[in-house]
Amino acid sequence: MKHIIMLFLLSSFILTSCGPGTSAEAASDSQAAYIENKGSDTIVNLALAWAEKYQGENPDIRISVTGGGSGTGIASLINGTVDIANASRQIKEEEVDEAKANGIEPVEHVIARDAIAVIVNPENPVNELTLKQISDIYSGKINNWKEVGGDDRPIVRLSRETNSGTHVYFLETVLRLGSKEDKTLFSTDTLLLPSSEGIIAEVRQNPNAIGYDGLGYVPDDLKMIAIAKEEGGAYVLPAIQTVNDKSYAIARDLYMYTDGEPTGVVKEYLDWILAPEAQQIVEELGFVPALALSPSP
Amino acid sequence: MEKSLNWREFIITRLIQTSGYSAIVFVALIFFFLLREGLPTLGEVESSSLLNIRWYPIEDHFGIFPLITGSLIVTLGAALIAVPFGIGTAIYISEIAPRWMREILKPLVELLGGLPSVVLGFLGILVLSPFLRVFLDLPTGLTAFTGSLLLGGIAVPTVVSVAEDALDAVPRAYREGAWALGATRWQTIWRVTLPAARSGVLTAIMLGVGRAIGETMTVMMVTGNAPVLAVKLGSLFSPVRTMTATIAAEMGEVASGSTHYHVLFFIGMVLFLISLGVNIAASSVVFRAKKRAERILS
Repeated sequence: MKHIIMLFLLSSFILTSCGPGTSAEAASDSQAAYIENKGSDTIVNLALAWAEKYQGENPDIRISVTGGGSGTGIASLINGTVDIANASRQIKEEEVDEAKANGIEPVEHVIARDAIAVIVNPENPVNELTLKQISDIYSGKINNWKEVGGDDRPIVRLSRETNSGTHVYFLETVLRLGSKEDKTLFSTDTLLLPSSEGIIAEVRQNPNAIGYDGLGYVPDDLKMIAIAKEEGGAYVLPAIQTVNDKSYAIARDLYMYTDGEPTGVVKEYLDWILAPEAQQIVEELGFVPALALSPSP
Repeated sequence: MEKSLNWREFIITRLIQTSGYSAIVFVALIFFFLLREGLPTLGEVESSSLLNIRWYPIEDHFGIFPLITGSLIVTLGAALIAVPFGIGTAIYISEIAPRWMREILKPLVELLGGLPSVVLGFLGILVLSPFLRVFLDLPTGLTAFTGSLLLGGIAVPTVVSVAEDALDAVPRAYREGAWALGATRWQTIWRVTLPAARSGVLTAIMLGVGRAIGETMTVMMVTGNAPVLAVKLGSLFSPVRTMTATIAAEMGEVASGSTHYHVLFFIGMVLFLISLGVNIAASSVVFRAKKRAERILS
């Protein structure tokens, strides 16, 4: 009996350890190719829209899209369980090292651009903040809205979880104002919410709250803050226009990572994503097309 | 004929024996796995860092104290709600309610126990937390207290169900004896029935607490997940981050084998030890109570 149990356990370990990674090759026999696509919650809606359209045009391709955060996507790429990892931040050096140790060679593709909007409840009278003020709010130096020209209310800081690329980007660009030496951290009482929806739900009902989220995800009933890069500078609202002319301070590239230069169906898919037709969808969803650099009508 | 019967006996006995042993084997394997993945933490992270009060794993701040206190305060709050409510309900159903009421209440409570925790989490985010923020005038409604209320709600059906069974198992003669001696209904319940069902009621409480400390989805949705050290009484009304929510939120992101990965398993180990401690404490109390009861009866 003991042997049987051991056999059962062993076989289940083996099954789980060699399962993933080979989906694309295995599926080509049955005339349908699978692409596993996972990562950033910022990109998930965009990736879904692309996948839907692409599958409509190519019925023999199956694309499965899941969210979970940029860290999750990159970890899956490192562990070899996905073909494409979506990330709203660049891959970190440690992650590249871990990937190489696993025999994976991450290759970066910029697929769109995004602005991070800082959002508050519409009841909050504050309309504009400088980047420095937002940094001080999130690091815990400013704790009451009246210090930045609002009502006498405590500030409730909302952030995404640490596995979110948006979280890391916000930390580096806003809290640390882009300085590498700066070791400022989020104030410990910052609420870390597991999803964009959590942040939006809390900001919608709580006039004390401040949050941030990708421009494409901010619903109309929340108020976006106009942001100035430094004191005395112009306060700018996030929009496609202001991201492209670089006047809005918190904008970034969005990435997809593959293992090595893409080949076969994955390459065809990525080429299609960067073509004008797919980039049109980017704009419809409130992101900024990656093609803006090239001359387009 | 004789022989085939023997064979059948043999196989059935062995099957039952195996399923009995397998429970032990699985627990041992799980514990071994936790140890294997969690213990490297002690070599990779300095103990001063582990005992720190800052949890920010992506910059190598691995202080697990805020998480432990967060879990404890939410669980304590949940127990304070679930125990009186659960045992009260059990007493009502078992001792006071008329038969027809009892036949409606018991299935209803059990139905409540089947509610998926994620549904309660939604209720918490959309209804309970906005209400608590306005009602208690808090900066935010996503607090340990919100988590405690919901966890209490989750634990109540477990407590009721087990405690009611225990009360029900107390022989009717005990109550009749008490009444014959002139005890009132309340005196009978408090002095006779409840003490007689003590071990079952304690089991009910422990199961309820166990359900609360291990619950993940609901607390992740409603407690705000801010890794603040929760040692003051006021911490109950501010956001906290629990061990379970931390593991659930961060396990997906880590590359297996990294320090962060080991620390998450280490937290799992701590959680395992805490619930083991609770269980051992409970069963030793039950054991002592049993011995005493035997002495009296003999």
